Amino acid sequence: MNGPHDVGGLMGFGPVEPEVDEPWFHAEWEKRVLGMTLCAGALGHWNLDESRHARENRHPADYYSSTYYEIWQKGLERLLVRHGVVTTEELASERSLAAGPSEARILTADRVPATLRRGGPCDRPATTEARFAIGDRVRTRVINPHGHTRLPRYARGKVGVVEAVHGCHVFPDSNAHGHGEQPQWLYTVRFDGTELWGADAEAGVAVSIDAWEPYLEAHPG
Amino acid sequence: MGYSWLVGHDHHHNHDHDHGHHHGDGEPDNHLKPIEARVRALETILTEKGLIDPAAIDAIVDTYQNDVGPRNGAAVVAKAWTEPEFAARLADDATEAIASLGFIGRQGEHMQAVFNTPDVHNVVVCTLCSCYPWPVLGLPPVWYKSPPYRSRVVMEPRAVLAEFGLELPAETEVRVWDSTAELRYLVIPMRPDGTDGWSAGELAELVSRDSMIGTAVADRPASAAAGISTEATG
Repeated sequence: MNGPHDVGGLMGFGPVEPEVDEPWFHAEWEKRVLGMTLCAGALGHWNLDESRHARENRHPADYYSSTYYEIWQKGLERLLVRHGVVTTEELASERSLAAGPSEARILTADRVPATLRRGGPCDRPATTEARFAIGDRVRTRVINPHGHTRLPRYARGKVGVVEAVHGCHVFPDSNAHGHGEQPQWLYTVRFDGTELWGADAEAGVAVSIDAWEPYLEAHPG
Repeated sequence: MGYSWLVGHDHHHNHDHDHGHHHGDGEPDNHLKPIEARVRALETILTEKGLIDPAAIDAIVDTYQNDVGPRNGAAVVAKAWTEPEFAARLADDATEAIASLGFIGRQGEHMQAVFNTPDVHNVVVCTLCSCYPWPVLGLPPVWYKSPPYRSRVVMEPRAVLAEFGLELPAETEVRVWDSTAELRYLVIPMRPDGTDGWSAGELAELVSRDSMIGTAVADRPASAAAGISTEATG
């Protein structure tokens, strides 16, 4: 979706403001949001792509005025309600009104280290030949899906060069919406700054994205 | 200033009212609650349902506060500086090379190391969210996750780097890596001059978090000796 999260090339946000000696968290509740998000994810009701979409699919005024972990909290609430794990009535009353599912895969403290170390690899066996090879010129497609995509607006309809082929990876555009992983070939595509930004580009700049094959079409020449 | 993505602790949710729109799929109707209460309520509900173990949250937080952070990445860089065969492994299969040091897991499942040279300076961003190599750098700083950096570094990286105090020669190409998939990028800064014979442990002290994102270069020995570091530690 052309959501508020897709900020590459937007203007007006002001300067980058690094914080000296920044702590890992700025409030206790941020720690709980991080932990809850990972624990709730381990229940298995949704995947990483759906959770990303739940965080980005927000009204721009809400997204831009929320802190990082506020967005996580709101996304988590939405996912839990969508999947019937909690109800809006429970959120309003701040207590559980019905027992949780008994078959839940609860992440217990003893399993945390192994779970974090295992992670969630997204590479999958290839079932097709890669359409593109290193050095190929490609053009990113002009798409404007209402659902989740990882093709940023600033890099749509642009000509670049395939710089790496990474095998097949889970396709977020389908996986975020319950349509399965549908693994696709993944490429690193490099663009000259002038291709992305025209004459306003800084000199001597190149930008790359990682793009799944459905985002790309061959570009002759 | 005053924009709430900058920090969390002085932030009081007063913007989080209904903006006059309706949400698509069961958006909870508790927008007026302070965020602290909202978070506490959710943890209570999930705990009462037996769906989360509060001790697991503690364990997750403890991991990312104490066990994982940019010292891991600095060890990778220092080893690459001192062992050419490791640098070659890192270039060929960063996931495997980094895993050999024990740095594996969530948000580092697919690693790629990008090496700075006199000709190319690399800098990493995630314009769409906050993708970042957790096992080697820990959790990302607020600025990395926030719209100013994410919006600008793909369009005007030299200007952004200059604000970080990094003025690159015009002949050095700036290469921006937008982490749009599950590949996680670790910048391998150039080894500073004047460090011949240094041990990997000594060299790692010169490798700041920001130098592995690409918004800085490795510290020079003199500044390190004087106790000046550009690194904002976790």
